[in-house]
Amino acid sequence: MRLASVARGVAWRSLHNVFTNPSLLIPQLAFPLFFFTAFAGGLSGVSRVPGFDFAEGYTAFQFVFVLCQSAAFGGVFTGFGIARDFETGFVRRLLLAAPNRTGIVLGYAVAALTRWLVTATFLTAIAFAVGMKVGGSGVDLPALYLLAALVNVAAGLWACGVAMRLRTMQAFPVMQFPVFLALFFAPVYVPLHLLQGWIHGVAYVNPLTRVLEAGRSFIAGAPSEAGVAFGVAAALAVLFAFWALRGLRSAEAAG
Amino acid sequence: MSDAADQIFVLARRSVVRTSRQPAQWIAPLVFPMLLLAVNSGGLKAVTHLPGFPTDSYVAFALAVPFIQGALFATMNAGTELARDIQTGFLNRLALTPLRGAALLAGHLGGVVALGLVQACFYLAVGLAVGVRPASGVGGVAVLLVFAALIALAFGSLGTWAALRTGSAESVQSLFPVFFVFLFLSSMAIPRNLIQQAWFRDVANANPVSYLLECVRSLIITGWNGEALGLGFGVVAAVGVGALALSARALPQRLAR
Repeated sequence: MRLASVARGVAWRSLHNVFTNPSLLIPQLAFPLFFFTAFAGGLSGVSRVPGFDFAEGYTAFQFVFVLCQSAAFGGVFTGFGIARDFETGFVRRLLLAAPNRTGIVLGYAVAALTRWLVTATFLTAIAFAVGMKVGGSGVDLPALYLLAALVNVAAGLWACGVAMRLRTMQAFPVMQFPVFLALFFAPVYVPLHLLQGWIHGVAYVNPLTRVLEAGRSFIAGAPSEAGVAFGVAAALAVLFAFWALRGLRSAEAAG
Repeated sequence: MSDAADQIFVLARRSVVRTSRQPAQWIAPLVFPMLLLAVNSGGLKAVTHLPGFPTDSYVAFALAVPFIQGALFATMNAGTELARDIQTGFLNRLALTPLRGAALLAGHLGGVVALGLVQACFYLAVGLAVGVRPASGVGGVAVLLVFAALIALAFGSLGTWAALRTGSAESVQSLFPVFFVFLFLSSMAIPRNLIQQAWFRDVANANPVSYLLECVRSLIITGWNGEALGLGFGVVAAVGVGALALSARALPQRLAR
């Protein structure tokens, strides 16, 4: 009960800050849209590369990547907010006041998920408005959003753990950089089988590759490797939950 | 040395030293463009199989991007440093000295150009190390370095103007996404004639950044191409002259005596 009330309070405050501050809200909506425009529009010629066999077209192919990217960066942006809260002293007061401190981490994670849902809704509306095609009957689409939600939770908990340990806004690159690398060392522009050289090797072992490939199979209406992708995403979320909770203990110890 | 030359030298040296003492200011412009180059050249290598693609090496094609990305960083660095000088009152103290306004701009931008040249040499060295051989030869490399210096000067002047107008480092930083939009909505990843979506091709045609990229690209992958060079140098001259004129107009308000 105390866990839920703390989580609700932290989540509400975090969401209130984001949705009443245009400088936080607009980039969250604009950046995924911009990447979607640049990738799906500018690189649509990639669909003519020999061996590119994604039937739903390049817009749908890139939509999955941009959706996962928005999920991951939605989590990271919440980490920025936590670091800011440390610098203003808010988290320290919160640590003193909260009857259950685990609720703080949970609250930030709920806030990250909620703000991403708004971004995902916006992005989806734009994608359908520009004629994105979905394969099958569309029943597999919820699985794509669930997968992306797990990515959001994992990235949010990663950033939360970093923020709890470093407690400064100078930690932004530490939160952002590994997520950026993990995303872009996956098959971003072409399917895995069309990657050549070192990047194929890196992408093959990158866990986000499974997520992207499964996400693209969902939008194509022909699910494949779904179990592996959900397993990987859930494992990352659990791993980073421990990371964030250990970070919380580190923040508690620092006083 | 004349007074003006002395003033320019001292301010340019200050600009270079100050940048060199802040690793974030020079590491990011060196590392981030190289990272993007690695990611894009790996991920988009298959694009070279498209009929009409001008080279079979995507690294050679994409090597132009770091030069423009580096210029964006130059814009930000130039603007942010000057805005900080305004915020800390350094510019007000300079106003009490006989320093000429033109010398202030020249000195400040001299430091930006020096950093731009270091960046360009670094990008070229990485390109050579991974097997890119500029088709225009040694002369082309020299032209490329001149072009890189002019890009740093032109975009640095834009950052300087933004700093003089706003007087705020945060406001200058907020311009970064705007410039990034220009970069991504250009022929950055694929030649304009191979862009399939007509609206995107139109945007890329109207975007001056496309011509800057194609100027660098022509020296690396096609050799001497008068049209690409003319357009690239023309765009950089227009941006530079415009931004310098705007900066010179905004300076007296900040350097009030």
